Amino acid sequence: MSSFDGFSSTPLEQRNNSVQQLVRLLFLTITLLLLIPAVATIVVLIVEGAPGLSLEFFLDKPRQNGAAGGIAPALVGTVWLTAGALLFALPLGVAAAIYLSEYAKDNWLTRAINVAIVNLAGVPSIVHALFGVGAFVHFMQFGKSILAASCTLAVMTLPVVIVATRESLQAVPKAFREACWNMGATRWQTIWKVVLPNSGSGILTGLILVVSRAVGETAPIMFTGAVFLRALYPSGVFDKTMALSLHLFNVSTQVNDVPRHVPFAVALTLIGVVLAMNAAAIALRMRLRGRKKW
Amino acid sequence: MVTDPVIPPLLEVRDLSIHYGDKAALSGVSFDIRQHEIFGIIGPANAGKTSFLRAINRMDDFVPGMRVGGQICFAGRDVATVRNLYALRRRIGVVFPLPVGLPLSIYDNVALSPRLRGVRRRAELDQIVERCLTRAALWDEVKDRLTSLGSLLSGGQQQRLTIARALSQEPDLLLLDEFSIAVDPVTTMRIEEVLKELRNELTIVLVTNLVQQARRLADRTAFFLGGRCVELDATEALFSNATQQQTIDYLGGRFG
Repeated sequence: MSSFDGFSSTPLEQRNNSVQQLVRLLFLTITLLLLIPAVATIVVLIVEGAPGLSLEFFLDKPRQNGAAGGIAPALVGTVWLTAGALLFALPLGVAAAIYLSEYAKDNWLTRAINVAIVNLAGVPSIVHALFGVGAFVHFMQFGKSILAASCTLAVMTLPVVIVATRESLQAVPKAFREACWNMGATRWQTIWKVVLPNSGSGILTGLILVVSRAVGETAPIMFTGAVFLRALYPSGVFDKTMALSLHLFNVSTQVNDVPRHVPFAVALTLIGVVLAMNAAAIALRMRLRGRKKW
Repeated sequence: MVTDPVIPPLLEVRDLSIHYGDKAALSGVSFDIRQHEIFGIIGPANAGKTSFLRAINRMDDFVPGMRVGGQICFAGRDVATVRNLYALRRRIGVVFPLPVGLPLSIYDNVALSPRLRGVRRRAELDQIVERCLTRAALWDEVKDRLTSLGSLLSGGQQQRLTIARALSQEPDLLLLDEFSIAVDPVTTMRIEEVLKELRNELTIVLVTNLVQQARRLADRTAFFLGGRCVELDATEALFSNATQQQTIDYLGGRFG
């Protein structure tokens, strides 16, 4: 080469570059492939289920074991169950997370609790269901009721609330805490004034996870409070109730002569409820995060 | 320097030792810090300077594995026996190497400590906030935006906010840990002017790795090295005739 050109590539650099392009393409392809099931599910649900959606479908009570009529009691029941699960899981989970993150010393007890939480998160939901029957339906004598089912859902979702909240508490810089302690603030004053206001997004993540699981799970509620058919709205926490997830199971497999579009319409509603609630929580979280704090 | 024998020292340190696990950070340190003096501590990294500050306001409670031996008396009281640590820490203001603007408004940053001790009246809080920000030479820059976030100020402003916050505790003792590390030279000089004035009202322990800063500000200066207090004297005496070879080498820039 006649003149100096410090930017021409050597053969090694050329090879490195083609390898890197190849890797990028490969991983992009894999990522796009992963989208297929998600998109396909939604498309199938919309195509098959949309014809079944109508105002009457949401507002009517089911007839002929769910083969006709609407899903109103199931929709309302799911809202009751989810709200109940939130009511128990959020305060308890946040309290436990605050203890573990802000108060607990790093000793064998704390480590044991952390291991227990991780394991609890891995327990299959059907096992939670059996626990719920024993603990809430029989031992606490709630009977088969919304209360018992909500408690079961809450126990099932507690680990995720705890982990999500603890992570977000830990994300608040230690320097903020030390500055407060140095000022003579108690641990609780520090948590209340500085740590908690800056971990709202993590608590909302916990909320999203509780809602998604509580709306969708079938096993934990079918033994503890949800019933096959009940053309009444719940009037209190000791009532039994229908629920969307169990209703979907029933119209898909248990009832004869169900029009083809009904299970899809129920499934579409179920997904719609989850997505709507998640979207609301995510929007709230983005508003909280949008303001850069440090 | 003339010392009044009637006024007892604010801080009496006796055979202080600090360990992290098995590792010694400080050992056999004894001296007094007098009322209304700026007490400089110089020395290279790992000399035990920051550990010394932590021991004074009992931050060892928050540092796992930190053990403090010997005795520190603050205003005549052994800090190891103080039960109301919150009151102790309120009387001791701390400024860290890296500025810590809390993610609250500028106003709330300075009003936090008064609120913690129960001041509720808005007028009183307003007064404290203005006074502390003025004394920290920050008021003129932020008086029109007291509601914006303190944690988004520039580094130098945040450090002055931190000082204002420490002053809002109405402390008897101010601990400064290499406060100028993240601050530009002009702001550093402004803060140094502030410190000179504050000497009239409170006692300051100034840890610094800028030996000239200690020379400009401190009445007396201690040289820490490897967890020991090598030498302690009136600042000018230390700088002009240090008796220990290590001190002479450090001040002469031969290591550190």
